[in-house]
Parts: sequence; structure tokens; C-alpha cells
Amino acid sequence: MSSSDDGPADTIESVSGTGIPVRGNDIDTDQIIPARFMKVVTFDGLGEFAFFDQRFTGEDNEKDHPFNEERFQGANVLVVNSNFGCGSSREHAPQALQRWGIDAVVGESFAEIFAGNCLALGIPTVTASTEEIGALQAYVEEHPEGTISVDVERELVVYGSGDDETAINADVADAQHKALVEGVWDTTALMRANENSVCETADSLPYMQSDD
Amino acid sequence: MARVSRGTLYDKVWDRHAVTELPTGQTQLFVGLHLIHEVTSPQAFGMLRERDLDVAYPERTHATVDHIVPTADQSRPYGDDAAEQMMRELEENVRDSGIQFDHPDTGNQGIVHVIGPEQGITQPGMTIVCGDSHTSTHGAFGALAFGIGTSQIRDVLATGTVAMEKQKVRKIEVTKQLGPGVTAKDVVLTIIRRLGVEGGVGYVYEYAGEAIESLGMEGRMSICNMSIEGGARAGYVNPDETTYEWLRETDAFKDDPEKFEKLKPYWESVRSDEDAEYDDVVTIDGSEIEPTVTWGTTPGQGIGISESVPDPEELPADKQDTARRAQEHMRVSPGETMSGYEIDVAFLGSCTNARLPDLRAGAAIVKDREVSPDVRALVVPGSQRVQQAAEEEGLADVFREAGFEWRNAGCSMCLGMNDDQLEGDEASASSSNRNFVGRQGSKDGRTVLMSPEMVAAAAITGEVTDVRELEEVVVQ
Ligand code: SF4
Repeated sequence: MSSSDDGPADTIESVSGTGIPVRGNDIDTDQIIPARFMKVVTFDGLGEFAFFDQRFTGEDNEKDHPFNEERFQGANVLVVNSNFGCGSSREHAPQALQRWGIDAVVGESFAEIFAGNCLALGIPTVTASTEEIGALQAYVEEHPEGTISVDVERELVVYGSGDDETAINADVADAQHKALVEGVWDTTALMRANENSVCETADSLPYMQSDD
Repeated sequence: MARVSRGTLYDKVWDRHAVTELPTGQTQLFVGLHLIHEVTSPQAFGMLRERDLDVAYPERTHATVDHIVPTADQSRPYGDDAAEQMMRELEENVRDSGIQFDHPDTGNQGIVHVIGPEQGITQPGMTIVCGDSHTSTHGAFGALAFGIGTSQIRDVLATGTVAMEKQKVRKIEVTKQLGPGVTAKDVVLTIIRRLGVEGGVGYVYEYAGEAIESLGMEGRMSICNMSIEGGARAGYVNPDETTYEWLRETDAFKDDPEKFEKLKPYWESVRSDEDAEYDDVVTIDGSEIEPTVTWGTTPGQGIGISESVPDPEELPADKQDTARRAQEHMRVSPGETMSGYEIDVAFLGSCTNARLPDLRAGAAIVKDREVSPDVRALVVPGSQRVQQAAEEEGLADVFREAGFEWRNAGCSMCLGMNDDQLEGDEASASSSNRNFVGRQGSKDGRTVLMSPEMVAAAAITGEVTDVRELEEVVVQ
């Protein structure tokens, strides 16, 4: 029952690169990827539609949005505010962000399904206080070329250099921490190994028995 | 804080389905029912093929098509190529894997959260997942039901299990009886308003109390449906006689009373114990709830129909910014009520409110009246069975005579993935569950969420209207 792709996933101890701020609370998945772009059978090509309606007018003219700004192209650490990714459970949202180039998201808080979907793609979603996030967003705006390091293992986000280096404590949910650091975020492989116990659990359920 | 709940339905169903603890600290849970639809499953099937894996439990998997089906002309190939391609992909995947599919040709097709309950495949004490956040709907039957992402769909297809962290349980007790004209929708909008759109993060909601227990299954479904709008991935009502009566009449049991009797003790056994412990308990006085509508662009931005739109300055600091933007988008100002807010579209549909009693309630209001000339009004039944029953009862005629379009079953304008969309800055009175910017297909569109009764009333008057006052408005 083993297959070649079924090995353990990569470990993700830290992500570093430049940042891109997207400000605002309650940014839902409809904003991250409008539903009309979900009419696809693969996720390829979703990247260019990330935040589409925030970035373009109805006539396809560019609006002010960090994802349109030249200085943020190439960024891979997204910095957001609270309840980011609320709304629909569509995995198209983190897929679109990942395909645009995002490898980690730092924010005040995340909607649960969104964070779970990110984890399944190996994208850390780490949290810090409102003040710390505000300071980080200000930093990114002033220093689009500055490196941010999201240290999942030590639960730190580090930015700035020399005397100005700032390290903030970032929370990483326990399960996410373990999954990323130990490279066990590929749950399909993990769970397939327990086939026998699955059958036992299934057999013990009254509604499974009555279907026989 | 560590979770304390004990003896709740959630704890019991969880324990019965727990396979083992994973190295991540998550629990591997057996999935009793996996519902799939065309939007979130094709990528998961693709991942399975990449790994050369089969569907582990095809007989526990059930498919429908809902998001992209056109609700007017359904002849194949669909007018929209992308929709046609998604449909074909689903047809192929279910055929290859031997999964039952409620194809539109069967007469059983409908929104995934409508068909599961109406066929009796949704049952108490089951774990139910679907790649759709409104899977919480099925909790109305005392099932543990939650939405999952595409990678988790892959997990469920490949293993029949899902990796989850255990949540806390909050009991939400809605006491006393609801007033006239007040519905389940108003209850859940009030709950979300009270606890916030993030209030349920980390929690499963147990809905209880006299106001909830006196609801039929459809009302309970409307409430559980919107758990996710309050941040809770799952919400449930303990199964009781109302639940069992519904189940007895479904396909699953109507010809097999023995199976019903065999399972009933299990259903009884998963009810929360009298002395169950909860992580949190919230009480809401049901008699104080009035017809509720949203003024903003999150489902938490709701008010009673006689209340005024709040001043952002008076809201908690972290809500002010969102409220200001929402008021600008919706073009409402603090101090005014939503009553009289002009609408262009009335949408009676979605997995929150497109079941037979919802349609009956709407029809009772529009009977012998006419849709306002400035309003485009449509009814989109939740399933083909609802549609057929409504046609047989004469509800379809009532709606048509009043000037509504009578459509085929699907998600339709709930999210505008088919042709049913708002245009430009149109405002809609909608019985759906989300008023996010762009949700109904136009990024400038404005959505006001409300009960089906209130949608019907708004269609007639052309503006948001307290359904309790409709008589006077029309008679003048
Ligand atoms: S009716 Fe709306 S909320 Fe319900 S499943 Fe369809 S799109 Fe989702």
C-alpha cells in the first residue's frame, strides 16, 4: 500500500524573505480570491487573481493595492491584521496566495479553516499582538527590501538590521508547530499508515453495522 | 486555556470516531459521511491520482452538483464552458470511484446541505465533512459536521479519516418563545451579532433552550448553517423527537423501520448529558429578538429592524475600521434604521433558507400581492425535491403570479458562480448567509441578509420592510 509520494513531507523551520502588508480586519476569502475564479479544476494559474477585485476596477484598471505595487513584487511574507481568511473554506485562497509567491503569513489572528488550509500547503500562519503587527506593517512599508525572518521553530519574527533589529514573539499553534518543524504536515501519508485502526473504529459504529 | 467540556454530544461523537492520536497532536477521526460537490473536489481527486491512490470508502461518499449549475436553462453542454468542464470532471470522478451522485437527471439534485438531510443520509451521532464551510448545517440532526479544505478532502477520500484538533464547546441557550414574525434566521443573526464573527473560533456551538427546541428541523438547520459565520466550524442541536420524526420519513428509513429502531438507541446515547460540562455558556432571551437584518458587509453587522445603524465611534476599537468601510459600501449612516432601504433584487434561496417551509412562508406573504416594479425577484429552491413539492403544492404559481422568477435548484445568487449575479451596485434582500463585498457576483453589489419572510416583504415593497407591518404598508 505504499506509494513513492507517500514519504514524509519537508520540514519547515523558518521562512525568510521580504514582506508585503495587506491592512484591514476581517478580510474574507471572497476578497482573497473572488468566487468567479474558482471555476477551475486545478489550482494552477490562480496566483494572478489573488485579491483581484481589490486590485482592479470593473474596467480592469489598477487600483491602489500592495499586490499591484512594484516594490512588493517578489515578497513572500504577507503581514495582515485580524480574522484574516474568514468566510468560505475554499482552499483556493491560500493556493492563490502561494502561487502569487507567499510562503508565510504573519497576522493578529486567522480564521481557523484558512489556517488549516495554509498548513496543508506548508504555509505557516503565525500571530502577534496588534501593536507588533502594526509596527511590522509600518516597517515593511518603509523597507520593502528589508528581510523578515519567520522562525517557526523558535516562534519569533525578526526584522530590521543592526541596532534596529526587532524580534517579536510570534505564536504558532501547537499542532502547526509540530507539523511544520517535524515535517508531518502531509496528513494523508500519516493517516494511511493506520488503516487497521481505522477499520476497527468504523466497525464499532452502530450506523456502519446497520448498513451491512 | 485547556478545554473542560465533558459529557456533551460533541465529546461523545468525537470519542466514538477517534482512531488514534497523530504525531502532530491532532486526532485522526473516522468520517461517517463525506459529501462532495463540483467546486472543491476536482483538485482533491487530482491529488489522489498523482499519488495513485483509490477512494477508501466510496460507499460513505455522496456527491451532488450545486454551485455552478445554471438555474434557468440546464441543457447540456452548459452555456458556460468552465461550468461544463467542472461538471464533466465530477461526472468522471464519481463514475471512476463508484460514488453515488445526485445528478440533475435523477430528480435528487440540490444544494449539498439540503439533499443530505432530506434523504436521511445525514444522521445523529455521525461525523460529516464536506469541502464547504456550511457543512455545519448537518449539526441540526445532532451530527458532528464541519467544513474542510481541499487537502483534507484528499485525506478523507484516501483514508476515510480527517486530522482534527478538539475544540471547546459553548452552549448557547435561547430561552422562551420567539415572537410572531421572528424566525430561526433572526435568532442566528442575533447570536452572531452578540458573539461576533470571530466569537466562535476554537469552539463548537451547542444550540439549546426552548426557542431552539420548538423549531422544526429546517429552522434548526438555518441556525446550525450559520455557525461558521460566527466563527464556529460546527454547531449542533441535540437530537430529539422532532429529529426522529423527520428521519423516519426519509429514504433511509421509511421502508426499513427495523433499521430505525436499531439506530435510535445510539442517537439517544449521544445526546449531551443532563450534567454535561461546557467551556462556556451563553444565554439569550428569545422573546426579545425581533426581525433582524444586516446593515454592513459581515454577517455580524446586524440589527433589529427597529434599531438604528450603529455609530462606528461607539463600537470596540477593532471593529471601527471595518464598520466605517462597510457603511460606506452599503451607503448607510449611523442613526438611521434599515427599514426603507431600497432594494433592486430579492433572492429567496441558499442552503440557509430554501427548504419547503421557507418557501411556504415566503409564498404566504406574496400571495395576492405584486412584486414592486423596480425589483427583480427570484426563488431558487434548495433541491429538486423541494422544487417539485413546492410546485405540487401550488407555491410556484403563487410566486410566479406575484412576479417572481421560479428557478431550478442550486446555489445561484448566494455566491454568483453561475449566471445569477448582482449587477453594478444593485442592492439585494437575500435569504442567504453572507453579505461580504462581492459575494453575490458584483464587487459593488450590496447585500442585506434577512429571513425568507423578510425577503418576500422586501420584494413587494421594494425596500427593507418589517414583515410584521406589511399589511399596513400595502393597504395604506
Ligand atoms: S447555497 Fe451558498 S452557502 Fe450554501 S453551499 Fe451554496 S454557495 Fe455555499
